[in-house]
Amino acid sequence: MTDASLSPAAAPRAGLIATDARTRKRNAAEKRFRAYGICAIGVGLLFLVFLFTSILRSGLPAFTQTVIDIEFTVTQEQFDTAEGKMLKTKEYEKLFIAALEGQLQERGLEVAFDGKAIQRLVGKPGGTIRSYLQANPDRLGAPISFELAAASRVDGYLNGRITRDSLVDSRFLQASDLDLIDALQQADIIKGAFNWNFITGTDSGVDNPGGAGLGASVIGSFFMMLVVLFLSLPIGVAASIYLEEFAPKNRWTDLIEVNISNLAAVPSIVFGILGLAVFIQFAGLPQSAPLVGGLVLTLMTLPTIIISTRASLAAVPPSIRDAALGVGASKMQSVFHHVLPLAMPGILTGTIIGLAQALGETAPLLLIGMVGFVAREYPEGFLSGFTDANSAMPAQIYTWASRADPGFYEKAWGGIIILLLFLITMNAIAVVLRRRFERRW
Amino acid sequence: MNDMRILERDVDTKEVKIAARDVQVYYGTNHAIKDVSVDIEDKTVTAFIGPSGCGKSTFLRCINRMNDTIDVCRVTGDIRIDNQDIYDPRVDPVQLRAKVGMVFQKPNPFPKSIYDNVAYGPRIHGLARNKADLDDIVEKSLRRGAIWDEVKDRLNAPGTGLSGGQQQRLCIARAVATEPEVLLMDEPCSALDPIATAQIEELIDELRQSYSVVIVTHSMQQAARVSQKTAFFHLGNLVEYGETGTIFTNPVDPRTESYITGRIG
Repeated sequence: MTDASLSPAAAPRAGLIATDARTRKRNAAEKRFRAYGICAIGVGLLFLVFLFTSILRSGLPAFTQTVIDIEFTVTQEQFDTAEGKMLKTKEYEKLFIAALEGQLQERGLEVAFDGKAIQRLVGKPGGTIRSYLQANPDRLGAPISFELAAASRVDGYLNGRITRDSLVDSRFLQASDLDLIDALQQADIIKGAFNWNFITGTDSGVDNPGGAGLGASVIGSFFMMLVVLFLSLPIGVAASIYLEEFAPKNRWTDLIEVNISNLAAVPSIVFGILGLAVFIQFAGLPQSAPLVGGLVLTLMTLPTIIISTRASLAAVPPSIRDAALGVGASKMQSVFHHVLPLAMPGILTGTIIGLAQALGETAPLLLIGMVGFVAREYPEGFLSGFTDANSAMPAQIYTWASRADPGFYEKAWGGIIILLLFLITMNAIAVVLRRRFERRW
Repeated sequence: MNDMRILERDVDTKEVKIAARDVQVYYGTNHAIKDVSVDIEDKTVTAFIGPSGCGKSTFLRCINRMNDTIDVCRVTGDIRIDNQDIYDPRVDPVQLRAKVGMVFQKPNPFPKSIYDNVAYGPRIHGLARNKADLDDIVEKSLRRGAIWDEVKDRLNAPGTGLSGGQQQRLCIARAVATEPEVLLMDEPCSALDPIATAQIEELIDELRQSYSVVIVTHSMQQAARVSQKTAFFHLGNLVEYGETGTIFTNPVDPRTESYITGRIG
């Protein structure tokens, strides 16, 4: 037997320059596969761009508030006259209207309007003006600049949500008002200003979208996340360390493992109704409290943390455990001195992803009463932050989205922008922590 | 073979350090070690040779009870160190491992500084009273590991940044830092080049003055170079055990002869 007889009796191979049919087919398949990959990524990016543009387009108006900014002088004489009348605020409203008319005439803009129109645009400005003058009597006789929040329909008209065609005359806004708004805009009296109240304020009534703010529910979310962090991180990490490093591998631990994986797939609303039954009805904890919300979200976050922690513990090479045991470290010392620090980046990433997931969870909160309209005021102190009735960001957004007034529609989108900002920040922290703790071996 | 005989003359003690009698090891239903009885002497390098899967590493890991960490592993029989049964239920394996150091096949320094790698054992066993003590132990151990001169200026550099041979000597330094009486080495040179191997072998010969060294090796030349006693394992049995010179030049068992001449294994 010669060596040549061992090779298959195939046709002689072509030179290296010419590719044969088989190679061409293989190369074509690879090219196709790459093209599929690029297409998939492209579609994903397209959706992402679409998502962000629609969120920003619909949500950014929530951060501006249309105001009527006007400067006029109230003399001591006018003040005394007004204070002598029965309907005092009505007098100030007259002064306000006179000032508006004057300034419009100065600019040569002729529009007819009455007190009713003003009420539709800015509510009742008289009270605001009066209380300012009473608080600052020294400003009498000098020009004072008033900035009054315009009604949400005015906002809607300026944002393009309401047009002349779509407008139906109502007690909220009439076609004739639009001429006035146009004129005031030309006179630079109506303009947009940054809406701090949206970030710091609390939820408003169903007919006042302009006054609605996300502040209280941000605080509610914050206290919930505190509860989730301080319960789920220690419990989750301790459970994973025990299961991964100490527990014997038998049918019981297999059963527990399968069930933890199952828990991760349980719909969140199930956890909500569980929380309602156990924490509120059985344990008697207060309704709508961030404490209860935090407990429910802890139950939801635990499987995520346990699964990711176990995965990162299992990824630590066994040679490190051998090395520690070999120099006479106990099992616990080898885990806490060597394995855990190496698994830390994975644990932190898993925890923050779990927290981010919990931050965006809505359904279980609705079941335990953390609905948006509860967030009417800030908690009084740190401890009452846990127990005072409050809402959370996603529940607040849900509540706004379900309200009839179209002004709340853009508030809901604006709330989503804030929620996304929090989520992006948390993910960025996860990336930074990962880099910081990562060690090579 | 000549220099080997010179080494043999250096064996100056015949005290038995480790005595194993009728040791059986099972991995589940697999009978991995069958009836192994062996006396390992103090201040001697004992080499375990044999084909892959013959049980030499398994037996080595019985001596410091590293097999305890494997759930399905069961050990019966009697292993005594200084006439104390190490499988006595009262024996704490952690204490045992401080007395029986181990060096692994793959260099496995902790992802910490060189200093912390060596200082870890003494720290957890409370061998140093203060920082100066610990510094002394670290320096002495690194000198014994024959790596002091190479790392003395960068003790705070990570141990994982060293070359393979340096890492393995660092692991030896780490193992001797806890003042063990027995040093187990599981193929310590299999991942190293010939130069690093020569350094480690030289080091093993020096360590022999203070410890009883047991080394598992795939290289028969290495066994011949560094050991005074050799044990040949085959299919879980201890086939032959005796003076290294005798095993390599005049083996009693035909299987040993087949293995060292390269016909099996």
